[in-house]
Amino acid sequence: MRSEATRDAYGRVLAELGKENPNIVVLDADLSVSTKTCIFAKAFPDRFFDMGIAEQDMIGTAAGLAAAGKIAFASTFAVFATGRAWDQIRMSVAYTRLNVKIAATHAGITTGEDGASHQANEDIAIMRALPNMTVVVPADALETEKVIRAAVAHYGPMYIRLSRPKVPVVTEGINYDFKIGQGAVLRDGRDATVIACGLMVGKALEAAALLERTGLSVRVVDLHTIKPLDQELIVRCAEETGAIVTAEEHSILGGLGGAVAETLVENAVVPMLRVGLHDVFGESGTPDELLAKYDLTPESIAAAVTAVVKRKK
Amino acid sequence: MNVTDLAARANKLRQHIIQMTCAASSGHPGGSLSAADIIAVLYFHQLNHRPQEPNWPERDRFVMSKGHAAPVLYAALAETGYFPVDYLKTLRRVDSALQGHIDMLSVPGIEMSTGSLGQGLSTANGMALAARLDRKSWRVYCLLGDGECQEGQVWEAAMTAAHYKLDNLTAIVDHNKFQIDGCLEDIKDPRPFADKWRAFGWNVLTCNGHDFKALISALDKAGKTKGKPSVIIADTIKGKGVSFMEANPLDYHGKAPSAEEEKRALGELCRLPGPGQ
Ligand SMILES: Cc1ncc(C[n+]2csc(CCOP(=O)(O)OP(=O)(O)O)c2C)c(N)n1
Ligand SMILES: [Mg+2]
Repeated sequence: MRSEATRDAYGRVLAELGKENPNIVVLDADLSVSTKTCIFAKAFPDRFFDMGIAEQDMIGTAAGLAAAGKIAFASTFAVFATGRAWDQIRMSVAYTRLNVKIAATHAGITTGEDGASHQANEDIAIMRALPNMTVVVPADALETEKVIRAAVAHYGPMYIRLSRPKVPVVTEGINYDFKIGQGAVLRDGRDATVIACGLMVGKALEAAALLERTGLSVRVVDLHTIKPLDQELIVRCAEETGAIVTAEEHSILGGLGGAVAETLVENAVVPMLRVGLHDVFGESGTPDELLAKYDLTPESIAAAVTAVVKRKK
Repeated sequence: MNVTDLAARANKLRQHIIQMTCAASSGHPGGSLSAADIIAVLYFHQLNHRPQEPNWPERDRFVMSKGHAAPVLYAALAETGYFPVDYLKTLRRVDSALQGHIDMLSVPGIEMSTGSLGQGLSTANGMALAARLDRKSWRVYCLLGDGECQEGQVWEAAMTAAHYKLDNLTAIVDHNKFQIDGCLEDIKDPRPFADKWRAFGWNVLTCNGHDFKALISALDKAGKTKGKPSVIIADTIKGKGVSFMEANPLDYHGKAPSAEEEKRALGELCRLPGPGQ
């Protein structure tokens, strides 16, 4: 299976879209080489604005460009995009419902060696809390291409969570309709459902394969859109499989797991467990070392599934 | 519009500010009154706009970064015909479009929502960049508070405007010397303004913010300056036009006049030949 980082797919498709749509402008905050907006910058220097190390100003400027009719993509590391500029996103982007796409890279602990200061593990939670904000976490490079194209076609504020390391393109060869706001069943199963986003979708598919050998049939949902949440699908999975595990490279507080739990509690109470970061900061290490150390592996998902299935009545 | 007419318009805006905040029993009269002459010059003289066609693509853009001075902007929008003057009395009421701090989605003629200080100039820069990309001749204006200039983002935006040589942008600082907790020098003095803005690469103009001729001339010079953005440091008086507010600007930053105070204030405003004269 080929591998590609979601940030690489973003940079590539953004430059393609720049050719198709002269209304797209791109802003970055001194990280264009890492976020891959440098590809767009090189192709369309007039429509690229490096705002320097000034994330709050970047978001405000993007809002102004959008207010004047542009489709503004603003990129930097997820931790700075959402944390440093949260009030700017709230006030100038979400409240105004402007056409700003915050495409942030280096989300989660797989940012790796840079350590906790650079690992956004809370970004989904704080973006999801904003009215008018759409929150999307593509599973891999191929899905990222679909997300970026959909983002241009979709009017309004959007947070797109991308990551640094190369990850297997797990959705390649799987036939599903990609639509913002609509989760995709990538593998069907009867005994439990794993609902995942980002690179944990690939881990969930591996977990399902592991569990198959133990006799468990596990459904895997790629819930790329955390907001608006596909509640209907979540409830259906709870009713049809009777147990839910969520898997995200993010805190278990307020992210995908939080969103799914809220829906289940109100609509379909079934045994549930959340795989994710348990209210901790990350640390330095390689992405794989960190995924293993913090239990973001197919094995930990499989263990969680085994545990929830035992709790089924 | 001549200076006498502008004075009468500004005076009318001040009367609205007093009546609106009194009716709402809340709001920010002090910083609205200090900006009334600036807003009058912008809306009745400077801005190229069409109140009957608020989204006219060629209009000049005005960003009110000090969003708490909403009453003066609402008054100007009503007086220029964006919505009926009578609607002003719904300020801050539930279901009214006239939110406590300005909201671009609910009121025609408002270009940017503000209220969290420090953010307007960045958005104004974005609009100015878009105008340049599209080769449009419309200009962008942005009004900031002097206390607001303590926000770091203002200076990030100041760097941006200079770096991108946004000569289609004019910022105005309503320099009324007061913020909420005290006067600027007692809290954390953001001055000297002229030196700071100049050091950040701006063309700096200073004028009496209650002198219409001086404001018009400064806006004119700003419009003619090429290769850099311009800022007008407008020297103003917080509470301008209402004696007891001018005397106690700290009391009337975010406190509405009582019914009795409203009467006194309106008495003074109706008597005045017009501010700045
Ligand atoms: C980010 C932010 N912090 C605090 C406030 C609360 N606040 C509202 S007005 C104000 C003082 C503003 O002073 P200045 O900019 O001088 O305004 P003016 O004197 O013109 O009213 C403050 C602190 C706010 N609106 N936004
Ligand atoms: Mg002030």
